[in-house]
Amino acid sequence: MGIISRAFQGRPRDHDEKLPPGQYLVHDFPVLSAGPTPRVPLDRWEFAIDTPEGEVHRWSWEEFQALPQETPTVDLHCVTKWSKFGTEWKGVSLDVLMEDVESAAEYALAYSYGGYTTNLPLEDLLDGKAWIVHEFDGEELAPAHGGPARLLVPHLYLWKSAKWVKGIRLLNDDWPGFWETAGYHNYGDPWREQRYQGD
Amino acid sequence: MIKRLTWRVATVTEIRQETPTARTLVFDVPGWPGHLPGQHVDVKLTADDGYSAQRSYSIANGDDGERVELTVQQVGDGEVSPYLTEVLEVGDQIELRGPVGGWFVWRPHSSPPVLLIGGGSGIVPLMAMIRSRGKSDTPFRLLYSLRDPGQLYYAGELEKVMAGVEVAYLYTRTAPPDAGRAPGRIRAADLVAYGWPPETAPDVFVCGPTGFVEAAADLLTELGHDPAKIKTERFGPTGG
Repeated sequence: MGIISRAFQGRPRDHDEKLPPGQYLVHDFPVLSAGPTPRVPLDRWEFAIDTPEGEVHRWSWEEFQALPQETPTVDLHCVTKWSKFGTEWKGVSLDVLMEDVESAAEYALAYSYGGYTTNLPLEDLLDGKAWIVHEFDGEELAPAHGGPARLLVPHLYLWKSAKWVKGIRLLNDDWPGFWETAGYHNYGDPWREQRYQGD
Repeated sequence: MIKRLTWRVATVTEIRQETPTARTLVFDVPGWPGHLPGQHVDVKLTADDGYSAQRSYSIANGDDGERVELTVQQVGDGEVSPYLTEVLEVGDQIELRGPVGGWFVWRPHSSPPVLLIGGGSGIVPLMAMIRSRGKSDTPFRLLYSLRDPGQLYYAGELEKVMAGVEVAYLYTRTAPPDAGRAPGRIRAADLVAYGWPPETAPDVFVCGPTGFVEAAADLLTELGHDPAKIKTERFGPTGG
């Protein structure tokens, strides 16, 4: 336990087991991004997965929409301390998108329209843990929240859920992304409070 | 080489009221490693039953040994900001760790002109950049959007004429009689009148509430500024 802050009481304790350490619950949906919001017209939108072996898989917006859709309801945890429970999304599981991808790669780098990148182990994208989503709360995903489509990896801090996602590059070696090279944790597990390098 | 960001004990040495609902807290933080203007810290408060709450705050001062200044705006239903703005006194101790964030920073050796655009308490990390400018010959322009003159942070300091720093106040609700600009939210004409033209390729830093940052960043890109030169920091409405 840290030093006691004189006369600090804090909010009523609700001991919510769904809240990771150091987080607090919000009911709105704060926006955090490092630059201007990119605007991506749907007729120029494309999502791609490429491998170190040289395979490239591409989907246009129409092709992406024709894939089997899922509607995950998940809790979000942002490294800036807020968490939001029970968010409802619609999109395509990475298991579907990876189905025909053959690679020995163990790492992934998601990259976005606007230049953002974030890295994660490939296994964190598979087995029902990640989606490319295009609807939030029954509406098309707003640009400020990553529309037309964003990555959703809710078991990691939200910066891993790249907004405006353009593709996923599979890699044999780990390649740190935007925040990961700016002092944030390489993996970002909210339950282990991996906010910054060395946590 | 990974260095763990450790929690450090910070002792309040001075408090300055900026507005009726915001104040600057000056801390002495033994072992503080120094920081760049624009970086922030995590603050942790701990109650006597072990419960703790953390929030992030931008650093307001330039790198200055073991001295760290935070300016905190009270958020109505906040958990941490009411404590920091109303309860904390000189001599009290809290914990903080940092500095955090290697993106929204101005490095004093960089040479292009600098355009700072702040909305409300978004002025805080921009002020750290102004205070770090020192004898640098990089010209600065600041567009400071605020509701009314009573919301002004750092009044005495900003109003002093600083060579190489031009300041424009964009009042959104109530402007003083001599303002020369009708109250209203930031618009393209403000960026043309008080900013740098895109051809000068300024380093742009935009900080404030989400709606303000979205609006300002959209206007900048429409005017032809390179999105890659625009760095933003958004304060969620629940930042308290």
